Amino acid sequence: MARSTKKAFESVLPPVLTLIAVAAVWEMGVRLLGIPAFLVPRPTAVLVAGWNERVLLAGALLTTAEGAIAGYLLSLIFGTVAGLFLSLSRTLERALYPYALFLQTVPIVAVAPLLVLWFGPGLRAVSVSAFIVSVFPIIANTLAGLRGVDARLTDLFRLYGANTADTLVKLGLPSAVPSMATGWRVASGLAVIGALVGEFVAGFSEGSAGLGITVLAAYRQLRTDLLFATVILASLLGLSLFAVVSLASDRLLRRLRARI
Amino acid sequence: MALLGPSGCGKSTLLRLISGLDTPTRGELTVLGHNPAMRSRANGGGEQSGGSPGTEVAFVFQDAHLLPWRSVLDNVALPLELRGAGSREARERARGPLGDVELDDALDRFPDQLSGGMRMRVSIARALVTEPRLLLLDEPFAALDELTRQRLDERLRALWAQRAATKGMTILFVTHSLSEAVFLAQRALVMSKRPGHVVLDHPISLPAERGGEMRTSLPFVENTRILYRALEAHGALDEKSV
Repeated sequence: MARSTKKAFESVLPPVLTLIAVAAVWEMGVRLLGIPAFLVPRPTAVLVAGWNERVLLAGALLTTAEGAIAGYLLSLIFGTVAGLFLSLSRTLERALYPYALFLQTVPIVAVAPLLVLWFGPGLRAVSVSAFIVSVFPIIANTLAGLRGVDARLTDLFRLYGANTADTLVKLGLPSAVPSMATGWRVASGLAVIGALVGEFVAGFSEGSAGLGITVLAAYRQLRTDLLFATVILASLLGLSLFAVVSLASDRLLRRLRARI
Repeated sequence: MALLGPSGCGKSTLLRLISGLDTPTRGELTVLGHNPAMRSRANGGGEQSGGSPGTEVAFVFQDAHLLPWRSVLDNVALPLELRGAGSREARERARGPLGDVELDDALDRFPDQLSGGMRMRVSIARALVTEPRLLLLDEPFAALDELTRQRLDERLRALWAQRAATKGMTILFVTHSLSEAVFLAQRALVMSKRPGHVVLDHPISLPAERGGEMRTSLPFVENTRILYRALEAHGALDEKSV
């Protein structure tokens, strides 16, 4: 235990020191150069603003998290099913994959107003926005994983007359998990971005405003310190979701004894 | 029975045709009285033979190709599961062949905890678990070091001798090693380079009991030389194919 504590300390300490050093230089620089606070607020001011508005920010964080997580779950379900479906035949893949790619390239900012028209403002439009942005990596990696199954093992299953369900559950999915896990991770970060963008357009409805709305509001009022605090919080939200997904998928990969 | 020949002459293709994994573009093939392309569908295909022993053909690839997320025991139980046996019954029956390859004490280990030779033994046990009448091996030990390979050859020959007597099992294996062919086989077929034909059908005239020391005996060397000459005469040793 002593060793693992020491190890954790060794891996946590350097980035924390970096953070403190950067904050210190930033604080000094802003004070010495006399940069106005509405352009670059001091780190301490950002902390104070964050603390003063903690109720507002906590509500915003929850709202955005809700939208991002809902969109992410949609992506997980739909993306996995779509990947499975496309893996069934090359023809199917050729017919549909370009349109899946379309989801990746569609400019979400431009589509967001349409989402409001279709789904109404608030959580639903925000979730769909998060979904659109995050689903493609899941489709693509599920498909790649299923396509990458060892051909000899496929032969083996065929030789023993395995049915489609057995082949999928006992061979396809476990083989595909390392690739799928990459998709899960990438999508988790994207879902938060999708939710924020969605909120820019569709954020206001019942309940408290999300982080996207808070950013816009802080900007209009030139409260740059609050703006910074919100942006940092949004990044932390993305990081946390990423961390949770990474932990869960690492655990699964270890159970499957996949080489990482 | 050993199958030798230059690279690309169609040895592996022949094994795949026999197993029913591939179907011939022309001509017909009869294996154990059936057309393998038809049989592979009936081969344990659910209802017909589900659970009962007698998948007639089994295949061992050059590398072990185990499922890394399954224990040794569960890897060997897999073919039975796929043919509809319950997992408890499949595991029980998997113990037998694992004992035959002397892996009794490694049942709960995972493939990444095994040496290359042990993985190959698991792969052989997996092929034996369905009690096939015909066992196909495609350069099974090519990736292993010479000593491991010799020991596995000895074990394989013992397994075959036992099962040939009790269950009438035949082994057909592809190899690039002349001494392996002579050591293991009762009969060796040599194929010519593309388009591959069988150019020699040579019965190996050695006693049934073959120990490690036989590899240096005079009759062993004689048999090796006959196979070598046939390969040489039919282009296996040409500049181009080497």
